Amino acid sequence: MSGDVPTLDVRNLKTHFFTKAGVARAVDGVSFSVGKGEVVGLVGESGSGKSVTGFSIIGLVDPPGRVVSGEVLFNGQNLIGLSPEKMRKLRGNRIAMIFQDPMMTLNPVLRVDTQMVETIRAHDSSISKRDALARARDALGQVGIPAPDERLRSYPHQFSGGMRQRVAIAIALLNKPDLIIADEPTTALDVTIQGQILYEAQKLCRETGTSMIWITHDLAVVAGLADKICVMYGGRIVEQGAIDDVLDHPVHPYTRGLLGSVPGHNTRGQRLYQIPGMAPSLLNLPEGCAFQARCPKADEACKQEPEITEPVKGREVRCFHPHLDQDEEIGA
Amino acid sequence: MSEPMLEIRDLTKNFVKKLDLAGRIAQKLGSSIREEVVHAVDGVTIRIEKGGVVGLVGESGCGKSTLGRMIAGILRPTSGTITYKGVELTEMNPEEAKRAALEIQMIFQDPFASLNPRMRVVDIIGEAPVAHGFCKASEIHEYVSEVMQRVGLDPEYRRRYPHQFSGGQRQRIGIARALAVKPEFLVCDEAIAALDVSIQAQVINLFMDLREDLDLTYLFISHDLSVVEHISDRVVIMYLGRVVEVAETDDLFREPNHPYTHALLNEVPRVDQRGLDYHPIEGEIPSPLDPPPGCHFHPRCPHAMDRCKQERPELREIAPKRWSACHLNDGA
Repeated sequence: MSGDVPTLDVRNLKTHFFTKAGVARAVDGVSFSVGKGEVVGLVGESGSGKSVTGFSIIGLVDPPGRVVSGEVLFNGQNLIGLSPEKMRKLRGNRIAMIFQDPMMTLNPVLRVDTQMVETIRAHDSSISKRDALARARDALGQVGIPAPDERLRSYPHQFSGGMRQRVAIAIALLNKPDLIIADEPTTALDVTIQGQILYEAQKLCRETGTSMIWITHDLAVVAGLADKICVMYGGRIVEQGAIDDVLDHPVHPYTRGLLGSVPGHNTRGQRLYQIPGMAPSLLNLPEGCAFQARCPKADEACKQEPEITEPVKGREVRCFHPHLDQDEEIGA
Repeated sequence: MSEPMLEIRDLTKNFVKKLDLAGRIAQKLGSSIREEVVHAVDGVTIRIEKGGVVGLVGESGCGKSTLGRMIAGILRPTSGTITYKGVELTEMNPEEAKRAALEIQMIFQDPFASLNPRMRVVDIIGEAPVAHGFCKASEIHEYVSEVMQRVGLDPEYRRRYPHQFSGGQRQRIGIARALAVKPEFLVCDEAIAALDVSIQAQVINLFMDLREDLDLTYLFISHDLSVVEHISDRVVIMYLGRVVEVAETDDLFREPNHPYTHALLNEVPRVDQRGLDYHPIEGEIPSPLDPPPGCHFHPRCPHAMDRCKQERPELREIAPKRWSACHLNDGA
């Protein structure tokens, strides 16, 4: 039964960048899966490898970067090592990506209708231009762009930032993909506009059963949107599980520290927990656990590489000293 | 009531885009072409008490940065007054004006753009205090070391250049530069927006420590409501150049009055809210070049009446220590 096959199954993915200064292990043994219609939040700070994971899945890693090993099974088919032609057939068709800066997806010198029709006909040339235009208009309407008929004839610079991001999302939707990879799509937007985009994204997944990987540094955005969360640090997923479990009962010291450092309700006037130090450079990660230098629980054992364990049911954690007692103080 | 440290009255800033020669000729010949005026800040009145932290919140284009820059003396107001410690800024004698300029310091958003890449840290921090006689040129190293320690930087690094520091450390350099001239009032313009979550917590804690140790007063400009809720005593909400609501932090977050504040609060993602159903307010932020008449928010407001389209609502005290600019408060 195909229902058991997840839309995306990433297994032990490693993407390294071979720079003059040394090898940067940007993604180093990442495994996770995305079920049909599921939204997975990929969370991490800058340099944690979250974006490179997204780029590796869709096959957009440029030299000096290279996927070194691992498998990316998309509906059961391994995408790593797929020929460029076959990959191109999937990209923009079955898998789509939304970027932080919508101008990365949009060509500034072409009208929106030209770009949208091109996207449809590149993957199915049997569709007439007229039908393609109709589909483009529907897609614009679907993401909440008012007067889609007129807007089709506009150039990207005639749209505001939020509207541009909607156009980018509409283009990603055109061929009804099975998977959308969204890389910080709301980071550059204002709060009320971000709310609108999140609303469209959520509606989409619920209505069409599209799976989504939402890459962000903002835990709060993922909290409202995702079903599952993967927390990345130093090129690895250090903790993953169902969203409620991870955010309410984080087990990895990094996840706990991160959650403790988010200001919010009832924290006024109190000191926030601060993770000491700063994120290590990917060029010289320490041996063993990447978080050891900032971790309050680190000891000799952490100089070995922590394997993935399941200290709590349904939770995968890379840590020798998971916080199992939730009443314990953060940092203790 | 105690004398406010800083009082702003009816402050307005217009940016005018002058017509070029061709435009002026066209105008003479009867074209309807006119100078473009942006009402960046439109009649803002705020009082800030000594030792208080006022959070200034708004989306892009609402004029919050322009307001901050006018207070810091970087921009000149078009009209209205800024009164610092009881004396109006424009009526100060040169001695007083210099003192006020030193006592009001600003911290910028981008820790990469706000530091001169060709200067060593010791000169970036030490230049102003030497020039203004806070320390002798021969004692600059001791003086800078002391300031660096205060903001949590290792004084050993004082001979380095800004590019040798991480984003969080650079923001600390920016804070140290402001602190070096012993200010009493800090304008923080999105001072933590560009930092990673775990680094944000470090800088927020630093701001709170400094407030306690040095008895500082802050105007904390941010688009991030959770940060503002965490750090401020009082919150000012701006929309398109006007203040729409002012309230004590607790009151504002418990019971927002203005429909725009409502919308903002609803849309801020929070870690403790899961599986949200987003109900965003519709529409875009209008261009400040051509703001809607009457209440600026009426095209997006769910409660808009005919009156809102014509008459500008005044900022009125609706409860003790609470001001709101909305016609709904006039009672229906």
